Amino acid sequence: MSIKVRYFASLKESIGRSEDELIFTGPLTVYDVWQQTNPDKDRPNQVLVAVNMDYVDWDNLVKDEDEVAFFPPVTGG
Amino acid sequence: MAVTICTNPFNPYEVLQAYEASLLQSLGSIGATSLFIGTMRDFNEGDHVKGMTLEYYPGMTEKQLDKILIDAQNQWALIDSLVVHRVGDIFPKEPIVLVAVWSSHRGDAFDACRFIMEALKSKAPFWKKELLVNQQERWVAKNSDGYQSS
Repeated sequence: MSIKVRYFASLKESIGRSEDELIFTGPLTVYDVWQQTNPDKDRPNQVLVAVNMDYVDWDNLVKDEDEVAFFPPVTGG
Repeated sequence: MAVTICTNPFNPYEVLQAYEASLLQSLGSIGATSLFIGTMRDFNEGDHVKGMTLEYYPGMTEKQLDKILIDAQNQWALIDSLVVHRVGDIFPKEPIVLVAVWSSHRGDAFDACRFIMEALKSKAPFWKKELLVNQQERWVAKNSDGYQSS
């Protein structure tokens, strides 16, 4: 199974990438996705997460072909 | 109900005039229109700001804004609502956001307009990167509560 992982704004700059593709087998939470794509980085404080463009919690399970996004607090308006 | 993301400068009053033309059928029942227009300041956190770049998440930003407008329609008796938001490179004095709400009564219009704006500030994926007069760039870390700090 595979998912697309996306990063935005200051998080994208600090990670140095805008996206990853993660191949996996078995159940995987959003937190597992973060650990597998960024093994050398602790989960950042205040980072928000979305799956398929809806906000979710870090223990949300992902499935094949999901799009997972990590980003800092929003500052529009 | 409409959400528009603009990559170019927009005139909120022209946008409103054009949108209201599409509401002709409902105009007789409209008794209240509430507007919020956010424009770019030339200062922030004690520094002079020369410009900024607004990043967004295409698809998710529109999806979240649609949800906010639907939430507002479910909570107040609204006839219509509109959000227009800039992205890309923006300069001081340019409009960043327009929220407009039409209803029969002022309470619904005022409350829904405030609700939409505050929800946008906390849920719609936009991020501001400021360019200061001294050429330094910095990401805005979080939105304020909307009042001048004392």
